[in-house]
Amino acid sequence: MDTIYALASARGKAGVSIVRISGVGAWDALRSLTLSVPKPRAAALRTLTWRDEILDQALVLVFEKGASYTGEESVELHLHGSLATVKAVMAALGSQKGLRLAGAGEFTRRALENGCLDLAQVEGLADLIEAETESQRKQALKVLSGAIGRRAETWRRDLIRAAALLAASIDFADEDVPLDVTREACDLLSNLLTDLQSQAQGSRAAERIRDGFEVAIIGAPNVGKSTLLNALAGREAAITSDLAGTTRDVIEVRMDINGMAVTFLDTAGLRETIDPIESIGIERAVARSNAADLRLFLRCGGVDEVTFVKAQAGDITVWTKCDLQRAQGLQISAKTGAGMAELSGQIAALLKERTANASQLIRERHRLAVEQAINYVKSALSELQYGLGRTEIATEELRCAVAALDILVGRIDVEQILDEIFASFCIGK
Amino acid sequence: MKHFDVIVIGGGHAGAEAAAAAARMGAATALLTMSRASIGVMSCNPAIGGLGKGHLVREIDAMDGVMARAADEAGIQFRLLNRRKGPAVQGPRTQADRKLYRLAIQGFMAGQENLTIIEGEAVDLQMQGKRVVGVDMADGICLRGKAVILTSGTFLNGIIHIGDISKSGGRMDDAPSIRLADRLASLDLGRGRLKTGTPPRLDGKTIDWSVLTMQPGDENPVVFSFLNTAPKARQISCGITQTNEKTHSIVRDNLEKSAMYGGHIEGVGPRYCPSIEDKVVRFAEKNEHQVFLEPEGLDDDTIYPNGISTSLPEAVQEDYVHSMLGLERAKILQPGYAIEYDFFDPRGLSAALEVKAVPGLFFAGQINGTTGYEEAAAQGLVAGINASLLAQGREFHFFSRSESYIGVMVDDLITRGVTEPYRMFTSRAEFRLTLRADNADQRLTPAAITLGCVSESRRKAFTRKGEHIARGRSALEAKTFTPNAIRALGIKISQDGVRRSAFGLLSFPDAPLEVIAAQCPEFSVLGADIKHQIWCDALYAQYTQRQLDDVDALKRDEGHAIPIEFEYHDLPGLSSELKSKLIKARPENLAQAGKMEGMTPAALTLILARLKRETKKKVV
Repeated sequence: MDTIYALASARGKAGVSIVRISGVGAWDALRSLTLSVPKPRAAALRTLTWRDEILDQALVLVFEKGASYTGEESVELHLHGSLATVKAVMAALGSQKGLRLAGAGEFTRRALENGCLDLAQVEGLADLIEAETESQRKQALKVLSGAIGRRAETWRRDLIRAAALLAASIDFADEDVPLDVTREACDLLSNLLTDLQSQAQGSRAAERIRDGFEVAIIGAPNVGKSTLLNALAGREAAITSDLAGTTRDVIEVRMDINGMAVTFLDTAGLRETIDPIESIGIERAVARSNAADLRLFLRCGGVDEVTFVKAQAGDITVWTKCDLQRAQGLQISAKTGAGMAELSGQIAALLKERTANASQLIRERHRLAVEQAINYVKSALSELQYGLGRTEIATEELRCAVAALDILVGRIDVEQILDEIFASFCIGK
Repeated sequence: MKHFDVIVIGGGHAGAEAAAAAARMGAATALLTMSRASIGVMSCNPAIGGLGKGHLVREIDAMDGVMARAADEAGIQFRLLNRRKGPAVQGPRTQADRKLYRLAIQGFMAGQENLTIIEGEAVDLQMQGKRVVGVDMADGICLRGKAVILTSGTFLNGIIHIGDISKSGGRMDDAPSIRLADRLASLDLGRGRLKTGTPPRLDGKTIDWSVLTMQPGDENPVVFSFLNTAPKARQISCGITQTNEKTHSIVRDNLEKSAMYGGHIEGVGPRYCPSIEDKVVRFAEKNEHQVFLEPEGLDDDTIYPNGISTSLPEAVQEDYVHSMLGLERAKILQPGYAIEYDFFDPRGLSAALEVKAVPGLFFAGQINGTTGYEEAAAQGLVAGINASLLAQGREFHFFSRSESYIGVMVDDLITRGVTEPYRMFTSRAEFRLTLRADNADQRLTPAAITLGCVSESRRKAFTRKGEHIARGRSALEAKTFTPNAIRALGIKISQDGVRRSAFGLLSFPDAPLEVIAAQCPEFSVLGADIKHQIWCDALYAQYTQRQLDDVDALKRDEGHAIPIEFEYHDLPGLSSELKSKLIKARPENLAQAGKMEGMTPAALTLILARLKRETKKKVV
């Protein structure tokens, strides 16, 4: 049996949140997060790390097979109860092979299978499972009624069509079905893939809520980037001087803007230079700026616009040193404080907007579904490249993609695929 | 009064297979048919197998059934469908000589130990309470049996339509079984009405073959039975012609004269087998449809024009037939017709195909809403095996979806019912990559041996084949290659330093079997069929692995049998709606319960908990 995990305590903010893992790979899953597995049934403090990033310090309990709630080898992680922490741990577990999010009531089901519960106990738990099922159903409904629901509807249509094309080419090979249906199927799947990938990337915003946003301050040398950073930070985080090229490396300052964690990046002034150290600084500035969530393009009178970094949608242009000269648009003076409140208000509003998008988009379960589907669709497409000889393998990948997405698009079974076939092709000798 | 273990009513494909299976299992079996000469008659198209269907035939053969061997005797044009696609979706098919097929089946029946063939009409079932205990015949003779299998095909309230003429009957010229139908009606089982059609039969001597495209069989014919290697009969070609604008306008102009379009038919027809009327109406944009001209036998001039089934009046049939190339002067030997018949809702059956409400009574074939010889025969096999198990006081044998197309079909029928005549497609099998025609024996014969329905010679052949496969496979697994060595063989691979076995390499799209075989002498000496089978296993090995969890979960759920007397009404926590659904459907196991509409994980857990408690009690 595969290994399952789920949040075992109530959802939402709490002092402690418990993630439970059960199945033959439960201890291995723990090993991937921390160096040593503690003694069974003895609580131990462990630092959980995933891909060189510390997730949390957690109280860890492990149980041997035959001595746990489910009767299987299992692990409980008592995490600090922040949403972000729980999410990070769940994501780390979800990206491991052989581990999957538990379905409603699955722990109880396993406990039952292994003879660890009796009917009396189950009756109480049944209500709980029912509630969980219901809340999953509501969650799915909520997703389906929103913008992503309309998307999911298209996904469903395309999946059925693609599956029908391939199924027709297999099951009705001796009939009047156009020989090459793979092209249309490939087109449908490629579009679907692009769309799924953009959704998966959209969940990056959700990650930002956890890790914090990055805002890069960029502009020509001496336009006042470090001065702005210091003003925002309220301390001398960066050295400022009148000399162009004072800032060489990227300086990071983490602060709280309207309840959101935001890291400001002060970067080297962007200009052509022959100084090798300064040019390394500029390369870094460009790279970090491009990857940041938001860019503040600083300008002041008489200084040219920088072309090293391209502005992206939502970026802000800020005119500095407004105590010295006047200009159009958002103006600030770090020295007098003029425009500073307006600037941080604008930053907060922009980031908030992204947060809003993120929360509407895809919960952990949905994100996992989309990511799994992406892999299957990719495999299906690559099998189709090999030609007819592997159509049946492509359909198997597609079947798995459909199954992975059924939480978002609703169940698709063979009847719907046959409906599509009989509606499109004149089958029957 | 005569006593039997199992009585089979009907000698069609379901009946013959059921009787043979029951007798093989050692049950004293009677096959009751209106006419001995009509056993094994192919009443519709003269072909066996196809996609999904060919899989079923191989599975029947793996259980030592008769269909595959009869098809090999009678096959006159073998074609492996989907030859260019992967082995999982290749389906053997053959045109069959009607007479040879019928004679082959009759030969198997005559030579079968424990089997008595009785000519006569079954008019009633003998009941003892709810249980069936025998059959009354029209001539007054009673047959006593511990189990009765009804395979009445389209005979139940059958009505034949040709244009606006309709008459009661099963096949053309057969007396309908109306008295038995009335008896069944009194059992109050859910029933529905279906329709199927046939094309006009043509006289081959009046067809101008010289202008037609001919389609030969395969150069290397693939036969059905694991015991055979080559066809027995002479191989022939089929002709191909097309409908055209003129054909279509004749059909269009006479639509209201068609029984179907004239509103004479209430039954639902299969979408995958549309009449020529349907094709013209629903696919109006197509200006031609292919028509296969299939000879019905080597020494028979009758031609079955596959693709133009109809319920138009005879005169119109003449007109549209004559509008086609090569058929300008074709003589119609027997007009096409549509036939409507009753079927019983298969959701009233258990996975053994026993009627849940009437112990001892089994249904197989078209009576369950299916279409096709292969589907019928496969059900006959299931019913035959289980009826004899019942008669012998042994436990039923169930076919799982994860192991066979037979299991997929039975499960589909009993859990979902039918809305149109049910036909097998490979798409219906979620474990399609492992349920292949090539490995049907590997999947099913071991269980068949345990059941005792396999002949000694087949058992020996199977054991020998299994040893060869095991030897070949372990030789391939033992031989490993470095990435460099693999590249030297001309197989593209990433330089990841991982050694791969010859077996693993076979799943690569550009790793031909011959290249790998050349590297592994112990493997290359094996027979071509053994090598092919191992190659197929290797090709899909990683998917087999991937599906194991699904298969496990399914088997676990199937393993939790729910007794028929299971008490749902006092199970706390179940909604009353769900309770009444469960009481009505009486799922046999947790897997079936899980598929019911409105079922929740919580409800399943509750049922499972009750089951666990019951078994615990029993043990104590």
